[in-house]
Amino acid sequence: MNAIEQAVRWLNDPLNWTNPGGILDRLGEHLSMSAAAVLLGCLVAWPIGLWLGHTGRGGGAVLLVSNVSLAIPTLALLTILPLTFLGFGRPSVVAALAVFAVPPLLANAYTGVRQADPEARDAARGMGLSGGQLLRRVELPLAVPYLAAGFRTAAVQVVATAALASFVNGGGLGQIIRAGFGLDIAAGGGQIIAGGVLVAGLAVLVELLLALVERVVTPRPLRRARRGADRRAADAVAGGG
Amino acid sequence: MSLHLSYRAEPENPWFSWQYVRDNSDTILAALREHASLTARAVLIAAVVALPLAVAAYWFRSLAGPILALTGVLYTVPSLALFAFLAPYLGIGVVTVLSVVVLYALLVIVRNAMAGLNQVPPEVREAAEGMGYGRWRRLFRIDLPLALPGILTGLRLATVSTVALVTVGVVVGRGGLGQLIFAGFQNNFYKAQIMTGTLLCVLLALVLDLVLAGVGRLLTPWLRGRVS
Repeated sequence: MNAIEQAVRWLNDPLNWTNPGGILDRLGEHLSMSAAAVLLGCLVAWPIGLWLGHTGRGGGAVLLVSNVSLAIPTLALLTILPLTFLGFGRPSVVAALAVFAVPPLLANAYTGVRQADPEARDAARGMGLSGGQLLRRVELPLAVPYLAAGFRTAAVQVVATAALASFVNGGGLGQIIRAGFGLDIAAGGGQIIAGGVLVAGLAVLVELLLALVERVVTPRPLRRARRGADRRAADAVAGGG
Repeated sequence: MSLHLSYRAEPENPWFSWQYVRDNSDTILAALREHASLTARAVLIAAVVALPLAVAAYWFRSLAGPILALTGVLYTVPSLALFAFLAPYLGIGVVTVLSVVVLYALLVIVRNAMAGLNQVPPEVREAAEGMGYGRWRRLFRIDLPLALPGILTGLRLATVSTVALVTVGVVVGRGGLGQLIFAGFQNNFYKAQIMTGTLLCVLLALVLDLVLAGVGRLLTPWLRGRVS
């Protein structure tokens, strides 16, 4: 009778997991969609962010991208992109999600390079490194903790946003919630909550997992400085306070 | 044959249509009004709840960790999931939308207000204490005014992201301009309707952001000379 019991019963039914369009199918769609979007975001945002940070120009543009993207409703992008040349289906959903992955990736790549110790940069120059070598051998390694932090923020955000793909029948775990809302709230309440638990659980799980990965890829000497770095990078996204 | 085909060209479906805006001004205005009022109410409620929380975390350092951790976890939870948790209990309607939106705005405001309060220079705090300021008087005369830039940044961020988030409310039937966007999608992909909803969303966010920026300028006259 009560919605939580219904949700438990719904989750406890093996058919709901293995059916075509069941939980496992949706989970696979959700993860592949998110992975593709984050990958696309990285391919676009990291080179630009690193280059802008290297040249020291474009700080204003990075800020602008971050702030404007906040104001664009996810729903709008998800409905607009299928009507363009991308067409219906996976490509447009992935593109829409990638748009929301770009700002954190870009801002953190930019900040990561900018915060590299100017003395290290000067020393590398003195050793005769060219601009490209400087970026590759000095600035990029020093920016890795920031890149990792940006990746984590972007990935979690994309996994969370991917739930909205269900609005355009794009698949993913959100579809379970939407299907529940499609029923009557009294009949679908259990399924709605079950879907919510799955979506929220996946997002939190990804967050925890990536936090762990982030810790592992950060070189030990840089770990102490990282705590402040997170906040500084977040400030960059937030408009510099 | 070709003449015949050209005669039956597909019906026009432009991205921008002034005709659509004129013909449906009532619906559009109603959606805009709903969107603006939902946003305003959400940010107001969130601010009223968030500021005392931030002050509590500022006064009692042991509270800061748990508050930040909790807000961090809550922020990870996708909006659609939050709707899913609340809708079966709060029903289909304004209350559910408002609850979800308030929750996210709350997190943004708390974080920025805490950052702002923690930036108050210790010398200033000590000077105020030396002058015999009590805890409350120091809060209102010293701490809060100095933290105002941080608080305002939080309010602006919360407002802009709330405008975007309200659209997700279509899932429980109250999405303001989101309803316009979604209806356009379902209504044979009516591009003009989708685009109008989207542009009004972005415009609303921009206007509200500018208003808050203006208020901030008025409230912090001592910062005006400096370059931000």
